[in-house]
Amino acid sequence: MKVYLDNNATTPLHPEVKKEMAAAMEMFGNPSSMHAWGREARANVEDARHKVARFIGADDQEVVFVGSGSEANNTVLSLFVCASSQCIPGTSMRNAIITTKIEHPCVLETSECLMHRGVNVEYLDVDQYGRIDLDQLKGMLGDHVGLVSVMMANNEIGTLQDIRAITEMVHESGAFMHTDAVQAVGKIPVDVRDLGVDFLTMSAHKIYGPKGVGALFVKKGIPYCPLIRGGHQEKGRRAGTENTLGILGMARAVEMRALEMHEEEARLLVMKEVLRKGIEERIDDIYFNGHPTESLAGTLNVSFPGAEGESILLYLDLEGIAVSTGSACASGSLDPSHVLLATGSDAERAHGSIRISMGRDTTMEEVEYLLDVLPGIISRIRNMSTAYIKGGAHAASR
Amino acid sequence: MLQAGEWAYSETLKEHFMNPKNIMQGEDTDAFDGVGMEGNLQCGDQMMVVIKVDGGKQVITDCQWKTYGCASAIASTSILSEMVKGMTLEQAFNVSPKDVAKELGGLPDNKIHCSVLGDKALRAAINNYYVRNGMEDKVMEEKAKIVCQCMSITDHDIEEAVLEGARTYFELQERTKLGTVCGQCKDEAESLLDKFKHLHFGA
Repeated sequence: MKVYLDNNATTPLHPEVKKEMAAAMEMFGNPSSMHAWGREARANVEDARHKVARFIGADDQEVVFVGSGSEANNTVLSLFVCASSQCIPGTSMRNAIITTKIEHPCVLETSECLMHRGVNVEYLDVDQYGRIDLDQLKGMLGDHVGLVSVMMANNEIGTLQDIRAITEMVHESGAFMHTDAVQAVGKIPVDVRDLGVDFLTMSAHKIYGPKGVGALFVKKGIPYCPLIRGGHQEKGRRAGTENTLGILGMARAVEMRALEMHEEEARLLVMKEVLRKGIEERIDDIYFNGHPTESLAGTLNVSFPGAEGESILLYLDLEGIAVSTGSACASGSLDPSHVLLATGSDAERAHGSIRISMGRDTTMEEVEYLLDVLPGIISRIRNMSTAYIKGGAHAASR
Repeated sequence: MLQAGEWAYSETLKEHFMNPKNIMQGEDTDAFDGVGMEGNLQCGDQMMVVIKVDGGKQVITDCQWKTYGCASAIASTSILSEMVKGMTLEQAFNVSPKDVAKELGGLPDNKIHCSVLGDKALRAAINNYYVRNGMEDKVMEEKAKIVCQCMSITDHDIEEAVLEGARTYFELQERTKLGTVCGQCKDEAESLLDKFKHLHFGA
């Protein structure tokens, strides 16, 4: 049995998206060309823009197509290094950015880079569930802060933030608000007017669209400066010939999300509860990571102390099941998940965590299969682990 | 290049991960003649190696283990336990991490430290055997030598940094802060850097 439970990493193309893209394969015109080929491509791209904009409650001209969620996040953060008052009036006075300790690496590493270029970056802590503290944010805001960037749904643990409340507070202080909503858009309702944000990042391949395409919402009238320069595409906001096929695929993906996501969320919640209960009943000494209720319906992150994440992942792989891990050993770095450490989890719990992320194709039968296989794998790993020997870390609990 | 469907690991490593050999059952370490433990759970890997020794011949007759860690950590200890059975204590003491990696059909660069840990645990077990049997004079200590006096960085720290990916003097400094005060240790540190790069990566 082949069971894909890594939908937060990426998702398969929706059959409707495949159809849409296959039908568009013949369309090769450059949307910037004035001839018939170009006009056809332009019309299709603008139609796609309208669909994506409508899905998040934006105006068409507020949507900029980009190459990925990472690019969108890089673009927004990089707006604030420009000292020129011609580009972004006022930002040279507000030379600080606030973000959180649990952002995606594309935000954290860009922030690090900005610090080398003279921007002050401050990091919000999170509680044991991965939620930020509004009082801490209030204390950090001030005349010096230009931008606040907080992710809407965390990719590793699924925890959701109250973006509307955060945005209100940020705007009161005069700063701009960005949210990385890559894991949220298409899974929970996202309306940019309701949230009030100035910038919002989304990506196609997390929601059954193609890889290599994403979109950045930029509120009308908000200062902007492109990351990729040298072309008039996207009204000068992102140079480079449009990824027409990808953009069409993305638009079809969000259309299908609008039809399917609500029913799907209810289904995922039921399966997550079965998974949670099943793991709790069948395996000793476990910890669930993330918020118990304010969380993505399809994401369940669980730690098995005494068992290391990469081993769990690979033994599951041998059984045909795909999950991911916050373990350092699987990622090439030696540090365990920065997200779990930020929630106060100790390093061992972080090393022994796996992320199960279900999606539109996940069935109850697959969940049951995982529940059948997982206890044996954990006990096998723990049996060969030093953690449970006499004098070992968990000797007392056995 | 990785073929479709292939793991990042060799077939031998995969086999030892799927069917690890000589896992110690139960927890009675007293049933063995020597016990060695290295690493810790917080760092993501920990290994315990236990040996039985033929006292007359000074030969390892049995080697078992417990490992907390990733696939390459499990496979490293598994293959090490196979390799050293039948070796004299002296031979076993001289098994190098590189020997283990070679036997496994190679390890990805960021996993080399797994083979180092098993190796260290084995040597700790051999030393433990000597101590238990009144042969303290045979214990071979691996004393760390301070290279950078200002920051108190040892040759072991440099080796660790190399295993974690440092390849240039600058990267070594980034990881250890070595030579960032008076800078007098630069030559010695650079030669150790070359030594460990060569030892672990053949570079």
